[in-house]
Amino acid sequence: MTEDSKIAASFELDGKTIPFTEGQTIIQAAMAAGEYIPHLCFNPEFKPHGSCKICTVKADGRQTASCTSLAQPGMVVESDTPALNEERRALLQMLFVEGNHFCPSCEKSGNCQLQATAYELEMMSPHFDQFYPDRPLDASHHEYLLDLNRCILCSLCVRASRDVDAKNVFALAGRGIKTHLIVNAKSGRLADTDFSGDDKAAHVCPVGVIIKKRVGFSVPIGQRSFDEHPIGAAPHPDNRDD
Amino acid sequence: MNASTKPKLRVATATLAGCFGCHMSFLDIDERLFELMELVEFDRSPLTDIKHCGPCDIGIIEGGLCNAENVHVLQEFRANCRILIALGACAVNGGLPAQRNHLSLALILEEVYHAQHGLVDGFIPNDPELPLPLDKVHPIHEVVKIDYFIPGCPPSGDAIWKVLTDLLAGREPQLGHGLLHYD
Ligand code: SF4
Ligand code: SF4
Ligand code: FES
Repeated sequence: MTEDSKIAASFELDGKTIPFTEGQTIIQAAMAAGEYIPHLCFNPEFKPHGSCKICTVKADGRQTASCTSLAQPGMVVESDTPALNEERRALLQMLFVEGNHFCPSCEKSGNCQLQATAYELEMMSPHFDQFYPDRPLDASHHEYLLDLNRCILCSLCVRASRDVDAKNVFALAGRGIKTHLIVNAKSGRLADTDFSGDDKAAHVCPVGVIIKKRVGFSVPIGQRSFDEHPIGAAPHPDNRDD
Repeated sequence: MNASTKPKLRVATATLAGCFGCHMSFLDIDERLFELMELVEFDRSPLTDIKHCGPCDIGIIEGGLCNAENVHVLQEFRANCRILIALGACAVNGGLPAQRNHLSLALILEEVYHAQHGLVDGFIPNDPELPLPLDKVHPIHEVVKIDYFIPGCPPSGDAIWKVLTDLLAGREPQLGHGLLHYD
């Protein structure tokens, strides 16, 4: 990128001027300017995946995922509107009913991006009928457990393990409603992979799937990150790992 | 009662498949109960021991649906209450009782009453007085229309107070950050 292309381009987000450099996506530029656009499968440290659609905005009148759409000069972007928030809420409700999210007993409660985003968007009920799927829990690893009841298939662990740890411990298998997370071992057990607590993949799950054992409730419920700050105003909304 | 005051709103409450924690949290509004009693009177509720719900302004349901009786009580509340509120995690999404949903009911009954280590001559109770368990536990909005939800396990007394006072003042209830909790 030349120096010239880096300067002085901007677009409008909900009436505010957001500067960007060429190659930045809408959400990257918004975050850099301190503006919050709800998101789940996007994490600024990783290549976007574009799957959850929570980050959907209206850019020049067209709905698009702001984590995969490049910012363009002069673009007019709407994000915090009743209509978009309504659609985001419906997506969240589907994520909740497709899994088993029993927050009162979840180690991640209060540090969970799904939950905090649902608070932010004032999701008062799951609205849809619960699926109550039968999903496994893998406690085979000595240091970490996988509670797949809470997986939202964001692929962040897949990306972290592949792109940062160079290990490929995780993958998404199946299609459509049958999509599920698998680990790279014949037995299907985390203990039989080369996964370690030092991996980046151990620290990226936005929800309560990849859980460090024996520390789950060391910080009491009610005193956790998003109990202190709503996600839209949190200093570091991603990579909660406490 | 002071004759010049507005007629009191009638409120009914019930616990279905819950642990009573939400009702305990309701009592956590503490001395604000006196203020509340100026504005409302209770119909059917564990607090009054009235057995059936008459016409009411507000119905509050704690707990989800785990047996046939839960469904009948819920329907009675919906038929009689102008506004029906789901109170707490179990009413909102099934909560703790719904953690049995990935197991078959037969297996659970067998395990609890028959097979479990230490049970001698166990048998599955079959008294006609006992309501039949449902195959799966369900949140209440899957069976009747619910007007407002107060999530939380349990919701705080402050959250319950906020929703009630909003409703009594004719405002759309709103729980902001700190009061809206799923845990
Ligand atoms: S992962 Fe998040 S939303 Fe799901 S049960 Fe845990 S805290 Fe709740
Ligand atoms: S385990 Fe967590 S990080 Fe991995 S796909 Fe599921 S939700 Fe995403
Ligand atoms: S955050 Fe953009 S699609 Fe998930």
